[in-house]
Amino acid sequence: MTDLRAARSVRIDVPAFLQVAGVYLAIFVLLAFNLMFTPNFATVTNLRLQLVQVAPVAIVAIGMALVIATEGIDLSVGSTMAVAAALLPLYLGYSVWVAVALALTAGVLVGLVNGSLIAFAGMQPIIATLGLLVAGRGLALVFADGRLTELFDPTLDTLGNASVFGVPISVLLVLVVTVAAGVAVYRTAFGRRLLATGGNRAAATLAGLPVKRTLVTVYVLSGLLAAVAGVLTTARQGASDPSFVGLLIELSAITAVVVGGTPLSGGRVRILGTLMGALLMQLIIATVIQQNLPDSTARMIQASIIVAAVYLQRGRRAP
Amino acid sequence: MTFAAIEVRSVHKHFAGVRALDDVSLSLHAGEVHALVGENGAGKSTLIKIMTGVQRPDGGDLSYQGRPVSFTRPRDAQAAGISTIYQEVNLVPLRSVAANLFLGREPVNRFGLIDYRRMHRAAAGILARYGIAVDVRSRLGELGLGVQQMIAVARALSMNARVIIMDEPTSSLEPREVDLLLGVVAMLRDQQVAVLYVTHKLDEVFRACDRVTVLRDGRVAHSGPVAGTTRLRLVAAMLGRDIDQVRRHGATTFGDEQRDTTGAPLLRAEALSRRPVLDDVSVDVHAGEVVGLAGLLGSGRTETAKAVFGVDPLDSGSIRIGGRRARRWSPAAAIRAGLGMVPEDRKAEGVIADLSVRDNIVLAALPRITVGGFLSKRRQAALVDTFVKRLQIKISHPGQKVRELSGGNQQKVLLARMLCLHPKVLILDEPTRGIDIGAKAEIQALIDELAGLGIGVLLISSELEEVVEGADRVLVLRDGAVVGTFRGDEVTEDRIMRTIAVASNEAAAAKDDDD
Amino acid sequence: MTTVDRPVAAGRRSGGTARDWRRWPEKAGAPIVLALVLIGGSLMYGDSFASRQNFGNIALDSSYLLLIATGMTFVILSGGIDLSVGSLLALAGVLTAYSAQWGTAAAIALPLLVCAAFGLVNGLLIGRARIAPFIVTLATLLFARGLAFAVASEGNKVHIIPADLLLTRLGQARWLGVPAPVWFALIAFGLGALLLSRTRFGQAVFAIGDNQEASELMGLPVARVRILVYVLSATLAGTAGVLIAVQTSSGLPTIGEGRELEAIAAVVLGGTLLTGGAGSLSGTLAGVLLLKVIQNLINQVGTLSSYYQQVVSGTFLIVVVLVQLRLARRRRR
Repeated sequence: MTDLRAARSVRIDVPAFLQVAGVYLAIFVLLAFNLMFTPNFATVTNLRLQLVQVAPVAIVAIGMALVIATEGIDLSVGSTMAVAAALLPLYLGYSVWVAVALALTAGVLVGLVNGSLIAFAGMQPIIATLGLLVAGRGLALVFADGRLTELFDPTLDTLGNASVFGVPISVLLVLVVTVAAGVAVYRTAFGRRLLATGGNRAAATLAGLPVKRTLVTVYVLSGLLAAVAGVLTTARQGASDPSFVGLLIELSAITAVVVGGTPLSGGRVRILGTLMGALLMQLIIATVIQQNLPDSTARMIQASIIVAAVYLQRGRRAP
Repeated sequence: MTFAAIEVRSVHKHFAGVRALDDVSLSLHAGEVHALVGENGAGKSTLIKIMTGVQRPDGGDLSYQGRPVSFTRPRDAQAAGISTIYQEVNLVPLRSVAANLFLGREPVNRFGLIDYRRMHRAAAGILARYGIAVDVRSRLGELGLGVQQMIAVARALSMNARVIIMDEPTSSLEPREVDLLLGVVAMLRDQQVAVLYVTHKLDEVFRACDRVTVLRDGRVAHSGPVAGTTRLRLVAAMLGRDIDQVRRHGATTFGDEQRDTTGAPLLRAEALSRRPVLDDVSVDVHAGEVVGLAGLLGSGRTETAKAVFGVDPLDSGSIRIGGRRARRWSPAAAIRAGLGMVPEDRKAEGVIADLSVRDNIVLAALPRITVGGFLSKRRQAALVDTFVKRLQIKISHPGQKVRELSGGNQQKVLLARMLCLHPKVLILDEPTRGIDIGAKAEIQALIDELAGLGIGVLLISSELEEVVEGADRVLVLRDGAVVGTFRGDEVTEDRIMRTIAVASNEAAAAKDDDD
Repeated sequence: MTTVDRPVAAGRRSGGTARDWRRWPEKAGAPIVLALVLIGGSLMYGDSFASRQNFGNIALDSSYLLLIATGMTFVILSGGIDLSVGSLLALAGVLTAYSAQWGTAAAIALPLLVCAAFGLVNGLLIGRARIAPFIVTLATLLFARGLAFAVASEGNKVHIIPADLLLTRLGQARWLGVPAPVWFALIAFGLGALLLSRTRFGQAVFAIGDNQEASELMGLPVARVRILVYVLSATLAGTAGVLIAVQTSSGLPTIGEGRELEAIAAVVLGGTLLTGGAGSLSGTLAGVLLLKVIQNLINQVGTLSSYYQQVVSGTFLIVVVLVQLRLARRRRR
């Protein structure tokens, strides 16, 4: 046992190192590159813009990380954002808070349906959430009659565009969500149950853990966070756009989670890594755009990074 | 006999610094059944994998039919005529029997399309030769495991295998299926096939094999003709002990004091039924009593344990803990009521390999170490510390991943997980299977100690001597029903075995009458 | 029943003759529902639904999905999933329009070759490097879409396929009153069915999805089969892309979004297990038609917006899988 340990510490396990630290390394390299070659990169306005833009993806990705930790996946997040966005203008007449509360409730409900299908009916996460991806977007379009609705609400505008001490509210929200998720995972019984459920469901059941409740909770959280992201996006754009809000965000979120070092096989999760994964993706897009490269290049780079990240993870699953 | 059908010479193999095989040589001859025995982790599976091209040796060489070979893939070995029958049947369960027999070499017509009629006819012909009467179009997965295994053998033979490696083929078979399989093994010998028969059942070594090789810790501990050896010598070689020592001590470390077990039972399970695995099973466990469940695999031992612990739903029956009737029964409810269970399948149902030793131990006790949902590090550390010391779990630090521990230490972690709940009754399903001798002795001693502290223990073991020496009372199960109860001095291996045998004969007789 | 010699025939699990009727719902479910929906639709909407013209529309609409779903059936049966087909469809369309300037041969060969290459990359990463199919094809989804936009100058430039090109005449032709894409889809489907049920390759696809480890140990060329399955899926998606481009005389990089999900839904509706190893192409055909007929019916209802299509498709997918699970569970009892 001891010589094994010694041998391991001498030879540096490159894939393992990259899996844990790769995302930080990549962010560092990109930042350095941009500071050197991109004019007007290191301005407060630009940095703030980047952070504001990444906020919805980051929030959704953290929910996704929790789901992936249970060996699941939530493809319905983008549609949940759309449902939340579509509901906002319908109830804005009563009060902005009623509208926001209803939008968030819708997210919870989507999560509840996902979670119940997975936990109680035993459906594969990919299929259950695929169903809601399709149905959810349709529902959002039905609610909004397929139209974009401009919103003129001071509260929403504040939520989307105002800052506190120079920090945009949406960025603060990301920080709150990250810290809360981190505390939940590493410091609470819920986090332990989450990891146990993802690591070995049968064992978790036999240890008397409420596995099904944990699963439902995780999908509800993911749905709620997606709804938050939907409200945030709508508030920032000043318009509810159910056909496009959150489109393909599930892919960006999964990418952020995977790039951040959370394995798809469940039982492990990196919250800060996920946030960094989302930032990295945003940084790549920003770099590409600021170098006057087209959007399509950004997509192709993003795709290559996903594969590279998972390829590195793969080497770690061996023992 | 000029040269061996297959021979390995001085093979070495290391995994991440751990030695799996060290200078192992073995030769298999045509028309010979060669037993390969050894404890778990002795290197049996690694040796098989090297012989079949799944893994490549670090050193040493392999020759087949007298010529040196080096297989890089299982396909190469199989194409050369080496087939393996694994313990979990390695066929495709959703496909038909015929498809399984002919997968990869289906008969085709002149357009290259599969000729199903010919395939089914040929499949039926092959099965008939081995006395297997099944519809070749039925899904393989719907058949019994024994039949599936025979089909795997039939597949190997129909591919003109010259060497057949059987990896613990009888571990999940019924006795009559075992008889049938051993019949087939004899047939293989007559057909000049070389058979490597990997097993841990000494019985079968003496019944079916010509030569035997014992592996221990990756080395050959004994090799020679079966006729010239004794059970005791093989056991000694497997355990790495002196023969005299084995003779003096028996194989377990249970004490032999008799405990007083009168009064109301802690656990009373009555008339548990669950079609088709459990039929009217009743079990009582008193404080300080060890109740053994004996029976063959599939007799309902594990099913009883799982029913009592609320894992599987019941058709009927009642469970009382301390006189109170259980309602809405689930593992969580069972734990709240004071039960604890260490499951049979450590990897699949026990440890959470990615979590640390600490997290694994406190897993079931989470409510106890949290304040308002938050974990208390202090309480957690205290709990973990206590049980790591008490059970002598060998770890470098509590944050170590459980996957890095040996089987024995993993088992202790699972015991600790349940013990820190202070259970009234502990259900232990095969607590010493697949762990090293030292840990085995410690766990057996612990069971004694727990009973001494007033905990009721329900002990399941496929090792008869463990049940006999460890339990105060033994229930014998067969076909999901209790067929005998022994207590005190009545508990002997002989009696239990005879009960199982008699019961099965009677059952068979009864069935014959029905037909 | 054979009473003579059945020493082992009485397996532990139920075996024998009863299995056939218990398995029928999973095989016949989609066709039966399809028949019911067709009858119901005809009764409710009469000629506006049950007309030659409308069925022609359904058939044309189904043909693209059938092409994709045929490939997807192979992929899912082998235990994988291919999310890249929607993007590949768009990429193929853009490439067809782009390369139409060099003639018909180029306009067919280039997109198909590029798509096959994408399939090969998918297959290599999944079959050889053993990365989860879900992730690999997700990346290809992004990459192919990006490439489609790049070829189409970020969507700013629309290449038009000349109307007098052989390709256009071929693709917009009708034979025996049936549009060309329907023919192509049926031919691909027929060949696929033959490949799946009557060749060793098809058997290997089933076996690998059922138990990959066993398939390896039984000497099947697992990696090669998995690679081919993704090449097949990508090429069929490319074919659908070419056909759509020809129908619309242009290649748009935005089309095909969500088609992968529709194809998966069709395959699962058709009774193929998402975990692989069991299912059929005939089921997939029924699944495709079912989806498209329902979408068509929703369009018939004047008061319902077309967005209900998605709601119904998604709900339907979930309900069908729920029923599948129920049946599977009861069988296991």
